[in-house]
Amino acid sequence: MEEQSTKPTKKHRRFWTWLTASVLFRLILIYFPQNLNLSSRPEVSTPLTSLRRLAEGYWLKQSSMSPYAGSMYHGSPLLLSLLGPLTVQRIDGLPSHLLCSLVFVAADVLNSLLIRATGQTLQIAYRQSLKSLDLDMISETMETLPSGDIAALIYLWNPFTIAACVGLSTSPIENLAVMLALYGACKRLVPLAAFGWVMATHLSLYPIILVIPIILLLGNGPDTPRQLFLLRRHAYVLLLCGVSVKQYGGLWEMFTSMYGFILTVQDLSPNIGVLWYFFAEVFDFFRNFFLIVFQMNILFMIFPLAIRLHHRPCFLAFVYITISSMLKSYPSVGDSALYLGFLGWFVYELSEMKFSFFLFCVYVGVSLLSPVMHNLWIWRGTGNANFYFATAMAYACLQIVLVVESVSGMLNHDRKLRNLSSAKLQDGKS
Amino acid sequence: MALLFLLLRPILLLSLFYFAPISQSQSAAGEDFSEELLLRPLPDRKVLAHFHFQSRAPHSTSNGRHHHLFPKAVSQLVQKFHVKEMELSFTQGRWNYDKWGGFDPISSNNAKPPGVELWAVFDVPHEQVDDSWKNLTHALSGLFCASINFLESSTTYSAPDWGYRPDSGSLRYGSLPREAVCTENLTPWLKLLPCRDKAGLSTLMDRPSIYKGFYHSQRLHLTSSKFEPEGGGSGIVLEQTLTLVLQPSSQRTVRSYSHETNLQPSWSLTSIFGRKVSGRCVLAKSSIVYLQLDGSLVAELDSLQKENKISSADKYISEGVRRSACFEVSVKPDRVLEELKGLEKKNPSVLYEFSVDKYNESRPFDLGLTWKVPVAWSSQKAPLHVSRFLMGSGNERGAIAVSLRSTELTDELLHTETSEGRCKLEVKVFQVVPWYIKVYFHTLQVYVNEQPQAVSDVVEKMRVSPSVDKVSPGVMEMLLKFPCGMKSAAITLDFDKGFLHIDEYPPDANQGFDIPSAIISFPNFHTSMQFLKDDSADKSAILSKFKENSAVLAYTEVFLVPLATPDFSMPYNVITITCTVCALYFGSLLNVLRRRVGEEERLEKKEKEPGLLRQLLFKLYAKISGRPLEPVESTSTSSSSSRSKLQFIILVAGIAVLWQVYYG
Repeated sequence: MEEQSTKPTKKHRRFWTWLTASVLFRLILIYFPQNLNLSSRPEVSTPLTSLRRLAEGYWLKQSSMSPYAGSMYHGSPLLLSLLGPLTVQRIDGLPSHLLCSLVFVAADVLNSLLIRATGQTLQIAYRQSLKSLDLDMISETMETLPSGDIAALIYLWNPFTIAACVGLSTSPIENLAVMLALYGACKRLVPLAAFGWVMATHLSLYPIILVIPIILLLGNGPDTPRQLFLLRRHAYVLLLCGVSVKQYGGLWEMFTSMYGFILTVQDLSPNIGVLWYFFAEVFDFFRNFFLIVFQMNILFMIFPLAIRLHHRPCFLAFVYITISSMLKSYPSVGDSALYLGFLGWFVYELSEMKFSFFLFCVYVGVSLLSPVMHNLWIWRGTGNANFYFATAMAYACLQIVLVVESVSGMLNHDRKLRNLSSAKLQDGKS
Repeated sequence: MALLFLLLRPILLLSLFYFAPISQSQSAAGEDFSEELLLRPLPDRKVLAHFHFQSRAPHSTSNGRHHHLFPKAVSQLVQKFHVKEMELSFTQGRWNYDKWGGFDPISSNNAKPPGVELWAVFDVPHEQVDDSWKNLTHALSGLFCASINFLESSTTYSAPDWGYRPDSGSLRYGSLPREAVCTENLTPWLKLLPCRDKAGLSTLMDRPSIYKGFYHSQRLHLTSSKFEPEGGGSGIVLEQTLTLVLQPSSQRTVRSYSHETNLQPSWSLTSIFGRKVSGRCVLAKSSIVYLQLDGSLVAELDSLQKENKISSADKYISEGVRRSACFEVSVKPDRVLEELKGLEKKNPSVLYEFSVDKYNESRPFDLGLTWKVPVAWSSQKAPLHVSRFLMGSGNERGAIAVSLRSTELTDELLHTETSEGRCKLEVKVFQVVPWYIKVYFHTLQVYVNEQPQAVSDVVEKMRVSPSVDKVSPGVMEMLLKFPCGMKSAAITLDFDKGFLHIDEYPPDANQGFDIPSAIISFPNFHTSMQFLKDDSADKSAILSKFKENSAVLAYTEVFLVPLATPDFSMPYNVITITCTVCALYFGSLLNVLRRRVGEEERLEKKEKEPGLLRQLLFKLYAKISGRPLEPVESTSTSSSSSRSKLQFIILVAGIAVLWQVYYG
């Protein structure tokens, strides 16, 4: 990566212009927040990521009450101390929450830079492994596709990312924690990886499953066949987790209010997931059963995927993030933004993925239809909840197809590589 | 049988009269009961009727568990749940604070929010208060045939600290705004009276005429000093009031020759209740009817009198009679009481007292008021006119706004206060919101004279307990201090609407949810009317009640919040569809992961066989379209005979289906 950054080519300059353009675009959008009203969209702000709820939590804290009194705030106390003071400060003549927005823009830019750096590391590692397999002709074609830049730009210019950033949801910060963990793991920076993972888990619980790809990354490296399982580091991670959480009083209250709220799906307000409607309709008698089923569904696939994709930890992380953002209790477009950005890393490997055009079309369709259906149901009163639920269903199916097809594309790609290398070996022998 | 009853009737009556002195002697020992009725003409051509029954049981336990007059059910309630003070009200209609008065004891004590309101103070340790409350709600719901037991759930009641009543340690407050109040609630309430509605003033409670009114509030207030160590010593005091606002049925004879349309309607007990009082309840210590004329009405009458110069000749006639030139009371009052002038009142109000003791079956008491001269006046209003409304549209979010508008009274009152050098108007707001109205307390905004103000400038004290989903309601108690020159003020709070589980919606979910009234009180202003000198103050319960110094209080409107509803008919569909999608995810991902190279090669071999997939597709198409007559052209050479067989089978099946449909 250092080699590339020292010799700035035309391509890199283009990347930086696009990055500045995206920042400018965000700033322009932030300047008209009232016209967009993104912060109240259910797609953008879930009970966990809404900045308004954070402001309420901060207000409660300021009036010497627990921020978790009442069921408004369910986020982390860390975010409260980071963003809370910024929600109160107003600058005259400028939109409220400007400072928070700037923090989110900074987080987005940092995210994209981390994605880019990780992508470049991945690409170098991939090229080296191809070299070791004597498959140079593929790596030449790869030269034209700077996957790190592509991933970073996909992340920056994804409308979902822009919506999550401008719509004042805290998901850019959650994404940043995830990205820090992956970047640290890729660069073999154990403290950074541990910190990122702990923070990500602390903020939104579901990244806990990323421990497997991170350990694989730390152990194996992006693509080196070395097997290491470091218990010592594991313990270190846990210790850090304990330390980062311990400084806040009322730990149990925090746990029940954050993780209990996530796991038991208490808030039934509509979002782009499917669980809210399911739990609004399901019979109370079966509620606990289905809660276990849906939360376990995320965990069920962890080990099969880890066994099959252990040689590609970053791709494994992408799949995990996609699955959890599909099945999590309160999904938002900020989660989709992250995994869609990751998709750019594997632009070469997944170039033969099936249904990619279909997926793109459905993405566009769902993101256009979902606000319309929500409007019909909530604001006009002419539609009903099923309309909106149908788009949520379509969105879930879309993510399922994406996961399945990308996994199968990646496996096919590996199979192709294996066939090629074995053919080469045979050629060499004969 | 009837004959026997007729024969026995005088004897029964005699025995009643014979025992009456005995009961009175017992009442001297402690227990007593008094019944009173207050009638007041209202400025908007209506009449206020306020029944007040008071039973009192002594502190002593000399009688064991038995009572002579006091209802046993209530005393058991007090004993069992250690109730120190309790108030239960059933109300239908809304008290019109502008027209019916907002600054007198009746409006601040007896104007209640629609539906059921219950509060109680318990004399138990703090941790047992909630249990006592729950038990009490069940007992009361059994006693009054109302769904008060809905107040048992912790989402419906709250524990105000200082916003509702000043001295509330173990107070619980709950209200059910949508409870319908009807005669089934009145009957058990009447059962608590010693004479029920068989004798005395309660005979006036003719169901059709009292439920026809504009406002109907039946209230039960209980004070018990039993658990205080030798405090007041008054034992249990049960106060039952029924406040009605009725429209006197217009007497056509009067209207026909009165050309003045603004002549107030004349009324009598017969015309508003359809009944007369035939004697008192013999068990009652006193049985009195009052006719109250508002202070401003009295002033208006006086000025009319002066204009007409009627009084010039009758200088020596006492005041009450002098005023009667404008109206006529059918019964001569026993006493005329004039309010002793308070500090802030300009016009004293006048009370005509009629004792029902003298009347009996043969000479029933029928009070009537006939207006001779058109007169217009207005009742004394509360310091601020209060209203609450909902802002925003859609089913996602909204805002609650409480608006306070100054009335003409405020200016007068505040002028006196400015001279004292203190120029602040204190307003206490107590608001309970159900959990599905998720209030953002940090969005509190205060507007004074339509200018936004910093919250800390106006809000003197604030206590908030935010709502917990499905556990507890949100409670807000605020003490606001406004500058006295204020014309209007408003406070707004944003909220998000919650989404409920389908079982939590009421049967008519699309009607919306009622949000209980907010309570606005003015701690600087007190209502107290003193009609008598101190020595005779305890003679009449209603007058001693009037004398009590209670803060001016107003309830806001109940408002209706529509919430978004899910589709109630869909649970099975939603469950099956969602589970299908989950299974799709699980199955297809597992399938992808499971696939191995060897298997893939086998698959590739299979795919080399020409057109197997296509063939299958055609079969499927043929099955779906159900039109076997149009055979699909196939390029594959194999298995044409099997397809023809299949076609034949489908043809037969199709014919069978058609047969079934048209001739079956």
